[in-house]
Amino acid sequence: MSFQTDRQRVSGLGSAKDGTHEWIGHRISAIALVPLVILFVVPLALSLGGDFEDVRHVYAHPFNAIVGILFFITVSLHLKHGLQEVIVDYIHGKKKLVLALLANTAFSAILGVTGVFSIAKIAFGG
Amino acid sequence: MADVNRGDRPLSPHLSIYRPMYTMILSITHRITGVGLSLGLVLVTWWFLTLAIGEKYFAFADAVLTSVFGGLILIASLWALMFHLCNGIRHLFWDAGYGFELQTAWRSGLAVIACSIILTILIVAISLGGS
Ligand code: HEM
Ligand code: HEM
Repeated sequence: MSFQTDRQRVSGLGSAKDGTHEWIGHRISAIALVPLVILFVVPLALSLGGDFEDVRHVYAHPFNAIVGILFFITVSLHLKHGLQEVIVDYIHGKKKLVLALLANTAFSAILGVTGVFSIAKIAFGG
Repeated sequence: MADVNRGDRPLSPHLSIYRPMYTMILSITHRITGVGLSLGLVLVTWWFLTLAIGEKYFAFADAVLTSVFGGLILIASLWALMFHLCNGIRHLFWDAGYGFELQTAWRSGLAVIACSIILTILIVAISLGGS
């Protein structure tokens, strides 16, 4: 017979197993995004439709390059956690859930790394 | 004890019995804009990638994003971003424990709608003035 209490027997068997740190991480990324979104969107709005060399010049500037890289890192973490929350709400069945979560991880990582790579390449003059 | 009454517990009331309120729309719109923005960001990331790899590619991506259709997608994404930003701040206040009074929640909801529209118009104006 088991000497575990009912509480102990079911602990960790919920749909999420754990998640406080993810919740907190999501709020931290949200707070960081408040200034980053504004600083990212304004030069972007000014650059769309611009001349190739001029626009590269904008993102080669250290301020825009650093803001841009910070934005892509932060937003990819934020949207990974955010989409994960949506996925666990709507996707049912272990197999589908695991596949969706894997796809989400790949999507978020590729998006973030592509953004960082692109801006770094421009900033380093390649 | 944990196995008693499985599947025969009272359910919480379903969505359909509540009187619709605009705060419900705001609630789901935060989620819709979050997912939409994740997809919209693919276009912006593609634009940056082409900016990094060559003029020929950039010319194409930039033409797509500044076409009428691309422009409509960008303006919709911009509004979604400004809504998600403002309503996200509203969420963060709730997370910190403020703003739950009914009046406050209604008013902050209206403020989010107004601010998101004003910010969108402002940034579109900056964009058109810039190029
Ligand atoms: C391009 C930028 C952004 C993207 C792609 C994005 C994406 C997402 C996604 C997918 C979710 C999950 C939605 C849900 O679970 O219902 C989410 C939630 C959230 N976002 Fe963002 N987001 C962005 C910017 C921001 C900004 C600037 C803020 C600033 C305050 C923010 C604050 C939040 C908050 C607080 C939540 C959690 C809402 C809740 O408690 O349900 N997000 N975001
Ligand atoms: C008066 C009406 C409503 C009530 C009482 C209600 C209640 C709830 C509750 C108790 C939760 C769980 C919150 C939590 O996990 O902490 C929730 C989450 C949620 N509700 Fe509602 N809801 C209402 C209206 C709506 C509407 C109209 C929609 C959209 C069609 C909606 C979409 C959602 C979504 C997407 C979540 C997940 C949010 C998240 O994970 O942050 N709700 N709702």
